[in-house]
Amino acid sequence: MFALLAVEIPYWGQSLLRVLGGLVAVLLPAGTIVYLFLFKMMSFMQSRLGPMEAGPYGSLQLVAEVGKWLQKEDIQPESADKPIFKMAPIVVLMSTFLLVVVVPFGPDAWFTDFETGVFYALAVSSISVLGILMAGWSSANKYSLLGGLRAAGQLIAYELPMVLAVMGVVIQAGTMNLQQIVFAQNASSMFGFDGVGNPYVLTQFVGFVVFMIAIQAELTQAPFDMPIAESELVSGYMTEYSGFRFLIFFIGEFATAGVFAMIASTLFLGGWGIPFAWFGWTSMDDVSNWMNIAGPIIVITKMLVLTFLIMWVRFTYPRFREDQLQRFAWKVLIPVSLANIMATAVLKVAF
Amino acid sequence: MTILNDPVSAKLGNRQQLSYIASQAADARLNVELETEGMTLNIGPQHPATHGTLRIIARLDGEQVVWAEPSCGYMHRGYEKLTEVRTFPQVTTLVNRIDWLGSFANEVPFILAAEKLMGVEAPPRAQWIRTILFELSRIANVSLFLGDLGVQLGAITPVFLAFRDREYVLNLIESATGGRFHPNFDRIGGLKDDLPAGWIDETKVVMKKLRNFCDEIETLLFGNEIFQSRTRGIGVIPRDVALQYGLSGANLRASGVDWDLRRDQDIALAYNKVDFKVWTHPDGDSFARCWIRLQETREATLIVDKLLDGIPSGPVMAKVPKIIKVPEGEAWVSTENPLGEMGYYVVSRGDLGPFRVKIRSASFNNISITPWLLRGVYVPDIITILASLYFILGDIDR
Repeated sequence: MFALLAVEIPYWGQSLLRVLGGLVAVLLPAGTIVYLFLFKMMSFMQSRLGPMEAGPYGSLQLVAEVGKWLQKEDIQPESADKPIFKMAPIVVLMSTFLLVVVVPFGPDAWFTDFETGVFYALAVSSISVLGILMAGWSSANKYSLLGGLRAAGQLIAYELPMVLAVMGVVIQAGTMNLQQIVFAQNASSMFGFDGVGNPYVLTQFVGFVVFMIAIQAELTQAPFDMPIAESELVSGYMTEYSGFRFLIFFIGEFATAGVFAMIASTLFLGGWGIPFAWFGWTSMDDVSNWMNIAGPIIVITKMLVLTFLIMWVRFTYPRFREDQLQRFAWKVLIPVSLANIMATAVLKVAF
Repeated sequence: MTILNDPVSAKLGNRQQLSYIASQAADARLNVELETEGMTLNIGPQHPATHGTLRIIARLDGEQVVWAEPSCGYMHRGYEKLTEVRTFPQVTTLVNRIDWLGSFANEVPFILAAEKLMGVEAPPRAQWIRTILFELSRIANVSLFLGDLGVQLGAITPVFLAFRDREYVLNLIESATGGRFHPNFDRIGGLKDDLPAGWIDETKVVMKKLRNFCDEIETLLFGNEIFQSRTRGIGVIPRDVALQYGLSGANLRASGVDWDLRRDQDIALAYNKVDFKVWTHPDGDSFARCWIRLQETREATLIVDKLLDGIPSGPVMAKVPKIIKVPEGEAWVSTENPLGEMGYYVVSRGDLGPFRVKIRSASFNNISITPWLLRGVYVPDIITILASLYFILGDIDR
């Protein structure tokens, strides 16, 4: 990111820019998703207008909502385990910030260039389980406890298909570095056909579907929203949270949706490149500098397409039951993704 | 022997006591092996799924319900007592509030009982309009159920479709009676007014919209695999148990009992003038109950269409005195309301008001089966079962 500016920046300046960049990369998608999908798309699906008063077409509604939450009293239950209760939302949001660090936005626009980026992303994404479990336990509320336990069971069950779905991509690209995976999708060919590069959504379609289902469950969006399940558990692990602590949970929910969609677009849709407009660049150093500007826009566009899918499913489907969810993970998703890995390995050797 | 002396098990019947003891024993065994203990979960009185103030006390083992009991009375308004200090025409205002989603249907059986005591009968046109409004309130009531069902199961979109299309029906009721929720339109001996001009054509258009809404719900919700897996085989009520607990309405018909008061009794309503199908389902599970209600909403729109075609002309009010004094006697009239059988036992001593009124409302009997039904299910199934039994709080706590 900093070669772009072509000036020497002191270390503290770099750190500051990184923090600002991280905040923008997490909060901007979250706000966009909440406004576009939660407020507007959901309203149009349900034959209503959604927020219309605050700003043009209600676009400042989110600002008003954040202001409202910040004003609210910070209520803590008397018998709650206070330090854990206070820490839980921060742990949840922290995993989102740790996750966005590995997403590449352009040839030079990245926060860190991990060799094992995929591994790291899958590892830190499960930190949020800890936060949810902490929230569920420390709230001293039976609904919260049930929600927290449900979340723990669910998130652990869906980690596995997610990892296995990504394995296919890793095998095909031959690397765990997300930057290299983007490059491999854009610059390589698909079964000898060179026209559109090799976006893994085409060759790894099974993996893509499993990954999308798994992140739907990881994000606890309907039909996998039993940890929150407002008609059963009131609000699950978030029941006792109010004011800015609830706001942090809320931001965490949608920011994680955005970041997971970014990772999915990096793994399956060609990341910051457009596979059929790659201009024949053969190595990372060839890639033109303007991709650093176009890259983030392309990533955000792809992220919006994927979050649209996530939200569409969320607003349409009823909720699974807890045991049905576990059965679906262990009996359907995991065998399918294992078969996908085997097929990928065989085809990788064959071609 | 603490289990046998348990105050909870002492209150239950023989068969339930046995199963309760068995579940307690299983609980105790679990406690010894894993050092776990059960948890008592209070669902309600303030809870999103009880749409009102019903309280379910559930003893849980993990997420499995060991024992559950509904506790009602948080919204008791004492209507039976209040009717004793009202005159006969004033009572309809009260009973409107019993099942607040289908208000007009609450007035009809009371007015019919009073008419029976007085020996007057409403003119044919009034009877037909009563029947039409009765079915409209059924549509308004059950269409909201169909949307709310989605919310209970986690799908948020259907409820907005239901609110959108219920609005058309409420507008019809409002233009005919003047009240959206609480029409208070029925009078002893007929109706307050005739229908406004153009109402019949408008109603036919709305009925077509409501049939479209039923199709929409059927494809959006009933055809969904997740919905089916959540409701099929959950909360099965066998035929004999349904009869034992005095269930009525769609809950009874979903257990395979072909029983509908609209068809089976001869009262001063126009149901015997039109043909309609009474839907039954052999399964008795939650899906069957929801499916029956969907079919009945569609059938109700057809009934309204047929009634509108054959509506007779004439007055809407019979000759009754200005000050109504009901002669001494007792009368029982019940009708097939949106929620099930609703009846009034009216005792008159020849005064301006009733001496005593006993209200039999459907929901109170329908939820009495929940302790039997909720044993051994999971927490999400509590919500499914309660949603499919379909109660209105005002109908439980009168």
